[in-house]
Amino acid sequence: MTLERRRWIWAYAFMAIPLLFFLGIRIGPTIFAFWVSLHQWDPIALKRPYIGLDNYTRLADDPIFWKALRNTWIYVLVGVPVSLIISLSIALGLQRLARYVGFYRILYFAPYVTSLVAVGWVWRWMYMPNGLFNDLLGRTGLGPFNFLGSPSTAIYAIIATTIWQGLGFQVIIFLAGLESVPTVYHEAAAIDGASGWQRFRDVTLPLLNPTLVFLIITGVINNLQVFTQIRAMSSQGTGGPLNSTISIVLYVYQQAFQSLPSKMGYASAMTVVLFLMILAITVFQLKVLSRNNNDY
Amino acid sequence: MTTNTVVRADSAVPITDVVLRPDPLSASSRLHVVTPRRYDTRRTVARWLLYLILLVGGLGMIFPFIWMIASSLKRAADIYSLSLIPPSPTLDNYREVLQRTEYARWFANSLVVATITTISVAFFDSLAGYTLAKFRFPGSFFIFVMILSTLMVPTEMLVIPWYMMSINLQWTDSYWGIMFPGVISAFGVFLMRQFFMGVPNDLIDAARLDGFNEFQIFWKIALPLVKPAVAALCIFTFLGNWNAYIWPLIAVRSEEMRTLPVGIAFFSSEAQSAFHLIMAAAALATVPVLLIFIIFQRQIIKGIVLTGLKG
Repeated sequence: MTLERRRWIWAYAFMAIPLLFFLGIRIGPTIFAFWVSLHQWDPIALKRPYIGLDNYTRLADDPIFWKALRNTWIYVLVGVPVSLIISLSIALGLQRLARYVGFYRILYFAPYVTSLVAVGWVWRWMYMPNGLFNDLLGRTGLGPFNFLGSPSTAIYAIIATTIWQGLGFQVIIFLAGLESVPTVYHEAAAIDGASGWQRFRDVTLPLLNPTLVFLIITGVINNLQVFTQIRAMSSQGTGGPLNSTISIVLYVYQQAFQSLPSKMGYASAMTVVLFLMILAITVFQLKVLSRNNNDY
Repeated sequence: MTTNTVVRADSAVPITDVVLRPDPLSASSRLHVVTPRRYDTRRTVARWLLYLILLVGGLGMIFPFIWMIASSLKRAADIYSLSLIPPSPTLDNYREVLQRTEYARWFANSLVVATITTISVAFFDSLAGYTLAKFRFPGSFFIFVMILSTLMVPTEMLVIPWYMMSINLQWTDSYWGIMFPGVISAFGVFLMRQFFMGVPNDLIDAARLDGFNEFQIFWKIALPLVKPAVAALCIFTFLGNWNAYIWPLIAVRSEEMRTLPVGIAFFSSEAQSAFHLIMAAAALATVPVLLIFIIFQRQIIKGIVLTGLKG
């Protein structure tokens, strides 16, 4: 046996368990999810008839699915930009601090390490009609607001909590990104008479682009999968009131695991839609990132 | 790190002053501006203001935790009193939560699941990452692309097939049933591959000449060189599994096999509006993690940055 062959055997031995895992627990189930989405699938029923694309056509006629899809994109399109603006501002401030940076980082990062279920309930408590926020607003003569109980505000109340929880991660990544921006460029721009805003827009932001792309993509993908905070914060955890906070993943969970009879085929069709959206974003990301590599 | 800060702090001085000056072009005007006293007062005020604003924001960030603890120490009658300091502090809420729930068991479950998953991910992801970085064998590129492609599939798409698998193989209500989807992570394989690419081949060849077998090279030579990356991966994996919610929610039926987030969620929705109890439960779930975070904050943040930037 040649030396090369012997190394191949080592390599296959090293990869055996990981390969088994990825084939059996990741790739197999992915294909199976497509298969299930083509059936009317109730795990306890004896028959699981093949119904072609019926689940998908039914999705198109399901007002709750459209509501969930629309809400999911509200979570993304409001949550991501707002949290990026706030976290970048904080990072720009923290970057200027010479001392106590560790202490400040603890403050901003702490929510990120805690369980979203637990902090979701803490926020729910603060949002209550007779809770803290309304008490404070009441003292200034405003309110009371039924933050989580009103269809027009509930989703934004949940978004606020989501932003709060994820802010620390973005601040830390922005700080790391800002550290890699050489100060020489700033000095050069300043000597050329660029104002603070101009230096930010024309020097910092372009050099921060890879960080920005990374945070946008992870933010979009995380928000597309929003679930836990809605379970913790919406009334009865069902995405209410009036489905105003329901997301795709929550609707999937309800259809597959809470409805009787269980509609796993229908729920799988929804997960396929979610997958296609994430796929599109990933492909977009690869294009944007490869363009960046040519630029710099 | 320190040198960076020093350079930045120093270079910030001329920039600010030049910008505030109408005629920034000549170098001599720059020297003019930096008269020690004026520059000092302005800079000090601006800096104190910045410290203050960021402090207020930071306290706002941790305020929900303060409010949680304050509420958890109040009696049921005082819960709507909305003062930061409980009128008559009590630990009764904690006692009641501990009595009414299987908190200790849930905590132990989360600990077991997160620890075993983390060890498994650290070992197998390193091994797979090392193999994909340092071995050329038939199919290696295909395998790499295949593993990478699984990153695009959201967990939510897989929970239904996993659930069916668990039922058929009778994995429900077991630790393995909670852990199996996460014992190896594609992201970790990719991350470790990135880091192992930086290990010099000469070192590996030298070890081969010394008579090490391939596993010994991985374990004794290569792995110690990427320790920071392994540590980062461990932190990331542990946190993710400790706080995981959707899959443990589906995988577990019995009360005593719940993980902490799942148990807390059930308890909170059953307790409905008994917020003094819910806040005690929330505190029991978050305070241990917060303490560990405060102790290891430097390592944890470094780890998050490392995994975040390479990923």
